[in-house]
Amino acid sequence: MNEPMADELVRCDDVSLVFDQHTILQDIDVSILRGQTVAVIGESGCGKTVFMKTIVGLVKPTRGTVSFDGRALNEMTLPELTQTRKRFGFVFQNAALFDSMSIYENVAFPIRQNEIASESDVQQRVMQLLSEVGLPAEVAKKYPSALSGGMRKRVGLARALILRPELIVYDEPTTGLDPIMSDVINELILETRRRYPVTSVVVTHDMHTARKVADRVLMFYPRRRLEAGESQVLFDGSPSDLENAEDRRVRQFVRGEAGERLKEISLESSSLSF
Amino acid sequence: MSEGTKAVSRFSTDSPLTRWVTDWGAAVVDGISMVGDITLFAWQMLQWLFTRLPRRGTMLINFYQVGVLSLPVVALTGTFIGMVLAVNSYQQFDILGLESRLGVVINKSLVRELGPVLAATMLAGRVGSAMAAVLGTMRVTEQIDALTTMGADPIHYLVVPRFLACICLIPALTIMADFMGIVGGYFYSVVIFGIDHAAYLNHSRENVTGYDLFSGIFKSFFFGGVIAIVSCYRGFHCEAGAEGVGKAATAAFVYSFVLILAIDLVLNILLDSLYYSFFPRGPSLL
Repeated sequence: MNEPMADELVRCDDVSLVFDQHTILQDIDVSILRGQTVAVIGESGCGKTVFMKTIVGLVKPTRGTVSFDGRALNEMTLPELTQTRKRFGFVFQNAALFDSMSIYENVAFPIRQNEIASESDVQQRVMQLLSEVGLPAEVAKKYPSALSGGMRKRVGLARALILRPELIVYDEPTTGLDPIMSDVINELILETRRRYPVTSVVVTHDMHTARKVADRVLMFYPRRRLEAGESQVLFDGSPSDLENAEDRRVRQFVRGEAGERLKEISLESSSLSF
Repeated sequence: MSEGTKAVSRFSTDSPLTRWVTDWGAAVVDGISMVGDITLFAWQMLQWLFTRLPRRGTMLINFYQVGVLSLPVVALTGTFIGMVLAVNSYQQFDILGLESRLGVVINKSLVRELGPVLAATMLAGRVGSAMAAVLGTMRVTEQIDALTTMGADPIHYLVVPRFLACICLIPALTIMADFMGIVGGYFYSVVIFGIDHAAYLNHSRENVTGYDLFSGIFKSFFFGGVIAIVSCYRGFHCEAGAEGVGKAATAAFVYSFVLILAIDLVLNILLDSLYYSFFPRGPSLL
């Protein structure tokens, strides 16, 4: 185990996760520095989302340690973990807004749950955040079912920011959005970073997002496709180096080339019997 | 084929016997594991119950959904059950010349057994399935994960209010089912069959005791608790997709109903033993 660095916010040491006899993550050693924006890329099923849920303590690793600000999450008591979680913001893939609450109540929920604040304070913070994410004040009274996908994601971002987190995690922030709305979300991620001193982890398939918002990229590869002794993190570097990465699989992913996967898929299909 | 070879093939991994043992073994292990999971789930809920109650607003919504919205359906089914009991029992009682005692059978059955079980069944069907579906949808759409990331405990926020609403309001629903059943039974016996009003009521008053009413209401607390815990558990452990939510809602009702009947049997045996140890000469129909 390496010595922790002074400006390290998140650290994964030898993290492995086995679910239903399938190894999803194996021996992951990653550290994320304060203020960094890290994009986690990789094909579907490679464990990106599980990794992200592991670093915020939603999923417990089968082996290894995840530390936040120098403290191991698995050594914390439940009240300590609850306190620590207030320092995280999480933007879910489909926003995960509470259907039974209005947009205002959704955004205000974390404050009401965790802080004693006057209603006027709550109102001021909610309206300010809605405006920061580019939503008009009238949206506050609406319910999530009345909003488009892009608006929901922006509400999800406002909700994640309301407790002024130190770490903000985005799960597929641009999935399912049109290119213009995707770029709006990318700009919001950048704007959030400029406005608040946050560390960000962005899990995405979208190479445009990874290149635009991240200053570091981690590429995960499905455990089952790795050869013996290979690390599951195939690439760890600057987005500008992705195109010329040494590993052929990284270049193929970045360029969107199926390569030998096409052969594997045709082999799999030919072995199917109807 | 030699005996030795036969023995090997009988216990090889592909043999039907091995598969049967494996399947049943897995089912038993899954069952034990689920009982353990539900117990831990209920324990976590009870810990919250005695340390911090949810906000009043969260509780009121659940109380309204469980109590107020269930009232009409419980009242309606209670009325019909009272009338059905009268229709089914009248013929035999009339043959024996005991029709004036019909009220005893109807009212005792209602307050001891049918009222609480009917209210619980209605609650399991109307509220339990809805709880499992709502919580299941929240699980599938990551709303439960969202609660956790925001520093809220999902069991405290989602399960405790539902549990409290069920155990606090099921006695009221039981009393409503009892009352409407009694009214329905009285209406059919006295107004339709023409049984003497005074005799019907007097016999009922003499034979239906406070203990009958108590035992019905006492059982209902257990029914309410089981419905809330089983339904919330099924919702929390919902499989992905629309099919998963559907399965969770169905399983919530089926498991709750089976458990209601099992608990009813056990509590009836206990309550009867208790009653007859205090009152060896209990009231008799004759």
